[in-house]
Amino acid sequence: MKKNLICVSCPLGCPIEVEIENGEILSVTGNTCKRGDKYARDELTNPVRSLTTTVKLIGGALPVVPVKSSKPVPKEKMFQCMKLINEASIEAPVKIGDVVIKDILGSGADIVVTNNDNGK
Amino acid sequence: MLNYDLVVVGGGPAGMAAALQAKEEGVEKIVILERAETLGGILEQCIHTGFGLHYFGEELSGPEYAGRFIAEVEKTDIDVYTDTMVLDVSKDNVVTAVNNKDGLIQIKAIAVVLAMGCRERPRGALSIAGSRPAGVMTAGTAQKYVNIDGYMPGKKVVILGSGDIGLIMARRMTLEGAEVKVVCELMPYSGGLKRNIVQCLDDFGIPLRLSCTVIATHGKERLEGVTIANVDEKLKPIPGTEQYIECDTLLLSVGLIPENELSNGVGIELDRVTGGPVVDEYRETLHKGIFACGNVLQVHDLVDYVTEESKIAGKGAANYIFGKKQGGTFINTKGINGVRYIVPQRVNIENKEDVKLYFRVGQVYKGAKVVVECDGNILSSKKKVMLAPGEMENVKITPEMLKNMNENSEITVRIEE
Repeated sequence: MKKNLICVSCPLGCPIEVEIENGEILSVTGNTCKRGDKYARDELTNPVRSLTTTVKLIGGALPVVPVKSSKPVPKEKMFQCMKLINEASIEAPVKIGDVVIKDILGSGADIVVTNNDNGK
Repeated sequence: MLNYDLVVVGGGPAGMAAALQAKEEGVEKIVILERAETLGGILEQCIHTGFGLHYFGEELSGPEYAGRFIAEVEKTDIDVYTDTMVLDVSKDNVVTAVNNKDGLIQIKAIAVVLAMGCRERPRGALSIAGSRPAGVMTAGTAQKYVNIDGYMPGKKVVILGSGDIGLIMARRMTLEGAEVKVVCELMPYSGGLKRNIVQCLDDFGIPLRLSCTVIATHGKERLEGVTIANVDEKLKPIPGTEQYIECDTLLLSVGLIPENELSNGVGIELDRVTGGPVVDEYRETLHKGIFACGNVLQVHDLVDYVTEESKIAGKGAANYIFGKKQGGTFINTKGINGVRYIVPQRVNIENKEDVKLYFRVGQVYKGAKVVVECDGNILSSKKKVMLAPGEMENVKITPEMLKNMNENSEITVRIEE
């Protein structure tokens, strides 16, 4: 089976073709550099994405505060993560680095606050 | 009237970096005037990551990047006025501002740094036919609604323009439960980063239609749909390709305009291509003692470069304040053959430090050379794997190169295929 990807390691955006047989990567072609090869293998075996969103803030100067995953989470779990984050809330004051949800969905990533809010 | 050595107009990344650099150079009385409630500028609503890879060597979100500079400003004795709108900068460097605590404020400054940033190009600049229902807004406005105010401006979305803000908002609206139906791009290529096209559109199956635009909006009170159509090489809609798309929200991500009303008020000469002031290598405008940096000078794609540029302006302002400004001969820089513009537009040939000339190309080039020439001499020639309009490039001019130049010299940068 062939799978086509666009490498995002740099602005060049090489079109990469990967040949897979029974879940095993046979060949990676189309990339200009080593980073393309690594990108394609990671993307096909374990695609991950950084997740950034906001969480409800109680008693803050603003109604929400931005958060991010402390490390990338599995791509297919992004919407499940969003659901949990949208159900959560945190109380002001908050500062950059405060943990809202620890080890979200067992991914090893924490959802952490990315802005300061000293409250009303 | 208040007296300051340096007045910085705008407390975003540009203004903060300029003020901090001037402080480090030893300038005593500095004030930052900021229109919003807090320092940070547009970074406060850019909650996605990707900031700081060059400057800090790590990937930060917008508020985190801004937060580092806000913390630095708080450690100094730099005065900050938030909720304060600058109304005028006069020819003798008196800054007039207003806020609801102090009323009208007048500040006499030795030097002024303009760091007002950009505004998004609005719908009015696009001449889309149709009525004016609710639900049509710039991508940045929607970004503020979602990320700062915490509410969703719509459920079914069409985005016009595939610049990075448009792409980022396509993902953001999707994650929050909206359906983004299509992103239309007038040009045959996207101005956004590849990374954003893959991770903001492809990841969610959002189609990107190139050479396509919105030609009409429908709906009276609320947007009910838009008509899109393909465009020809002259960017004119092709009859027969019209398609109706039902939506309640149209986001516009169609370019940024440097906010130079204050610069115009002083009579500062602007570059017709960048829309920002004409500056020298220290980012001093043609008006003595007034400097400009950040997006008010030229639209940047990376905040890291804004910081770099603003530190240069801060240093230039400090030199001016201390009377250390070098005299000397200024020559012009010029972009030709595919190079749309260069910042700085003029360089002092007695300058003793390396000067980076920043530029953008007008189209996509693969494997082309960037050639720097002066008076018939090739100063540098470098092959680039890829050049694209969305990526700001730079070339270095050394004091060695400047040594042999005279007042009639001109530095040109061009693309050779």
